[in-house]
Amino acid sequence: MSPDYAGLFRALGPEAALVVGALAVLGLDLTLFRRHSLGERLRLALWVGSLAVLAAGVHVWRGGAPGPVFGAVLMLDPLAVATRFGVLVLTLLTLGVARSSTAQRQPAEYVALILFAATGLILMAAAQQLLLVFLALELASLSLYVIAGFDRNRPETAEAALKYFLFGGIAAAFLLFGFSLIYGVTGSIELPQIAAQIAVQGANPLLLVALAMVLVAFGFKTAAAPFHLWAPDVYQGAPAPSAALVASASKLAGFTLFTRLLWPGLGAAAGSTASFNAGPGWLPAVAVIAAASLLLGNLVALAQTNLRRLLAYSAIAHSGAMLLGVMAAGRAGPAPLFYYASTYGLATVGAFGVICAAERGGRCEAISDLAGLYKRSPFLAGCLAVFILSLAGIPPLAGFFGKFTVFAAALRLGGVAAPAGSLAILAIALSAVALYYYLIVLKQALVAKPTAGAQPIKVAPATALALFAAAGLIVWFGLFPAELLGLF
Amino acid sequence: MSLLPWTIYTSLAGALLALVAGARSARAARWIALLSAGGAWALTLAAASRFVPGPSLQTLVDLPWVPSMGVRYHLAADGISLTLLVLTGLASTAGVLFSWNVTERAGEFFALFLTLVAGVYGVFLSADALLFFAFYEIAIVPKYFLIAVWGSTNREYGAMKLALYSFAGSAMVLAGLLWVYAAGGGHGFGFADLAQAAATLPRRQQIVVFAFVFFGFATLAGLFPLHTWAPTGHVAAPTAASMLLAGVVMKLGAYGCLRVALPLSPVGFAYWQTPIAWLAVVGIVYAGLVALMQADLKFVIGYSSVSHMGFVMLGLAAANLQSAGGAVLQMFSHGVIAGLLFAVVGRMVYDRTHTRQLADLRAMQLYRRLPFAAAVFVIAGIASMGLPGFSGFPAELTILVGAWKTRPAWAAVGALGVLVAAAFTLRAIQLGFFGSADKAAPAGDAAPLAPITLAEKLGAFLLVGATVLIGIRPDLLLNWINPALQSPLLQTVLKGGAS
Repeated sequence: MSPDYAGLFRALGPEAALVVGALAVLGLDLTLFRRHSLGERLRLALWVGSLAVLAAGVHVWRGGAPGPVFGAVLMLDPLAVATRFGVLVLTLLTLGVARSSTAQRQPAEYVALILFAATGLILMAAAQQLLLVFLALELASLSLYVIAGFDRNRPETAEAALKYFLFGGIAAAFLLFGFSLIYGVTGSIELPQIAAQIAVQGANPLLLVALAMVLVAFGFKTAAAPFHLWAPDVYQGAPAPSAALVASASKLAGFTLFTRLLWPGLGAAAGSTASFNAGPGWLPAVAVIAAASLLLGNLVALAQTNLRRLLAYSAIAHSGAMLLGVMAAGRAGPAPLFYYASTYGLATVGAFGVICAAERGGRCEAISDLAGLYKRSPFLAGCLAVFILSLAGIPPLAGFFGKFTVFAAALRLGGVAAPAGSLAILAIALSAVALYYYLIVLKQALVAKPTAGAQPIKVAPATALALFAAAGLIVWFGLFPAELLGLF
Repeated sequence: MSLLPWTIYTSLAGALLALVAGARSARAARWIALLSAGGAWALTLAAASRFVPGPSLQTLVDLPWVPSMGVRYHLAADGISLTLLVLTGLASTAGVLFSWNVTERAGEFFALFLTLVAGVYGVFLSADALLFFAFYEIAIVPKYFLIAVWGSTNREYGAMKLALYSFAGSAMVLAGLLWVYAAGGGHGFGFADLAQAAATLPRRQQIVVFAFVFFGFATLAGLFPLHTWAPTGHVAAPTAASMLLAGVVMKLGAYGCLRVALPLSPVGFAYWQTPIAWLAVVGIVYAGLVALMQADLKFVIGYSSVSHMGFVMLGLAAANLQSAGGAVLQMFSHGVIAGLLFAVVGRMVYDRTHTRQLADLRAMQLYRRLPFAAAVFVIAGIASMGLPGFSGFPAELTILVGAWKTRPAWAAVGALGVLVAAAFTLRAIQLGFFGSADKAAPAGDAAPLAPITLAEKLGAFLLVGATVLIGIRPDLLLNWINPALQSPLLQTVLKGGAS
């Protein structure tokens, strides 16, 4: 079989558009716009960046025939296409949010790095060869480390970036070690061959070690307990748009990547969904991680006074729920998981967008800094209500259907007696706990009176548009969930 | 009938318009709210006038919503839901009339109020359990903000407690529904589908699943000992919200028990029937005794609501046609009477005197200074005691007679509750409105109170009219309710026909 370069180029069109866009942002900033003010340079960089993302979106839309590309290096199945779209939408929203970002001394570099991160993320969505998986993951991660530390005025930022980088580096080392063991056991780096080999060999101890290592990296990427320690610091310290990207697009791509790795690739080593006693596999480990994330995320979030740390612990809790979706993906397909992860991403980008916009009108660190938001900016308060209530899973917002589909799929794996089913019941019970801390946030924003001297907040048009779009999509997908669930 | 879904859409549109208009003018917001609430009520009455009673749910809309999961946008109505829809229209219209004096953030107030009303209409119209659940949760969040922003005594505590109890209850319901749905192979959330699916579960699981769903709903219905959110929440709430919460929202829980929980698993119900009935009768007497001890007039009414809702739960637990019919009638009756009582205490009295302490009110001799309020409170009190001529009488009598047929002891203890209700109601009337003259503080305290407004009078007349009408002609509603109780799904749990 001769390599199909034309097909490869077509499939990589979105990545090419983003890279060209990133280079254009840098080039234009260095040449034509060098003498403009910081604000203008940021605006122009965001315009060019947004165009690049839109171009990438068009390429995804027109992409080649569905199926494996270039041997089996890439897989353009519905999940890949949907995730690529999702990542691009979330990146576009992040760019809109970044318009409100303060203290950007290198706007072009910031935007270019966001585009490079997005490149890595959409490559992750389709990669199904271990080498490419690792490259995509590292491209995304390295860009994210840098943008997490981009605000040089705040010492927390440096701490956040360093912590993110160290944890991420170790996780990457685990992943690479795991991959090398998988290669050693199966003799291949392509998922279809790996799957075939494992089906023949069955689980052996070396493979289980490899699985454990892959799961460590998975836990890191998705901020699942006990690999979550970086998340609160990064969410707190990073500039708001960076945190938005880390929490949304990166998580969506991560879940897609690892679902592809675990089910089509290592599905034969999954173990049984009905019972843990049936034999070793990665499902029991994922179940334990899910339970830990659900409990730790929801309970620790109760004690938070810092808004971003609260969002971080809520993110950990949501990761636990999404891991249920991963467990169920073998039977129910990726639809519930994708619905949950993408709508969760919209709500998180939105929440960080509100924080970013509110920071222009004063501090926005503690939950109580939101006091009187309804008066200072009714628009931001309304958007925040949509995002937070969606995170809390209140119908008719998308967060409700996300929970519903994922839990229903988990319960169908074997009823309440099976691990996934009992985890779903646990998650439903904890959602009542979660409502408390979400209402605490909304209480400040919508009920509490503004503190003396609090100024009205002016929202930049681009940010307003991004927030409105995110809120609108949440309502839309909540009212018409079949639009997303029917894609698969 | 086909107009009924528009009650939901009218309320939502009203909410949106009130929000937009309220930013400019509170007056516009309240007129929009009145038009939308009154319009929706008119729709329910128009549907009622052409309603042909029958045992089955009459489908109004049925569209696939999430085809891959078998979820449908299925709205339907029968005599039971129609009774409660009319109640919702009445209570919400009266609620707007009694909120005529809201000026702080009026647009948001009426927007939240109408969103809550839309959620309530949605629940009563849903014929798909997931849709039912979605509307049920839509009703939770507005309650929180209505209380936390516009409430009084201890409002943030009351609001949070109410929201968390409601949400915890609904989480139990969701867990139960998903459990059954998954067991049935994920075919759908029609009530009959779920009952079929539940029947495939082993007996022990059926018992647990029934408990999840029933007690989840019963939390919102205020079943003892899950009722503690109700008094604090209702007392903290602004008048219109207390009226709607006690009058209608608690009925969502009872309606959920009847529509979703009972048919879900007759096996589970058989196991839990006796405990539920005892909890209900204990709640009737206990909440009544607690009401007897309250120093705050609004708390008296808050606990009386729990006591009266105990009758509803007793009617459901006794599970024969008569008691269940009485339970639905009591839902209507209590919705009207509780609305009236909260309106008098919260709007007519508290907004003028700024106190609800019986000790203070006693010194004010309100029968002289607010004769209209006193008269309305006496009427509402008499109705609440279950005296003939008012809707509480046929409702509670039917429940007690029905309960006697199933187990005389329940009816005996329940009847004790009627006596306690008479005691705490008379005490409230006497201390609250007819305090003795010699205890009145002289001079300065007797500054004239603002006269009762037209809106208040109108609201009071609507509610008094309804309780008298149903007191004299309970058959108007029973003729809708009783055929609906003969539906095949309810027949699996309700025994005994006319015997």
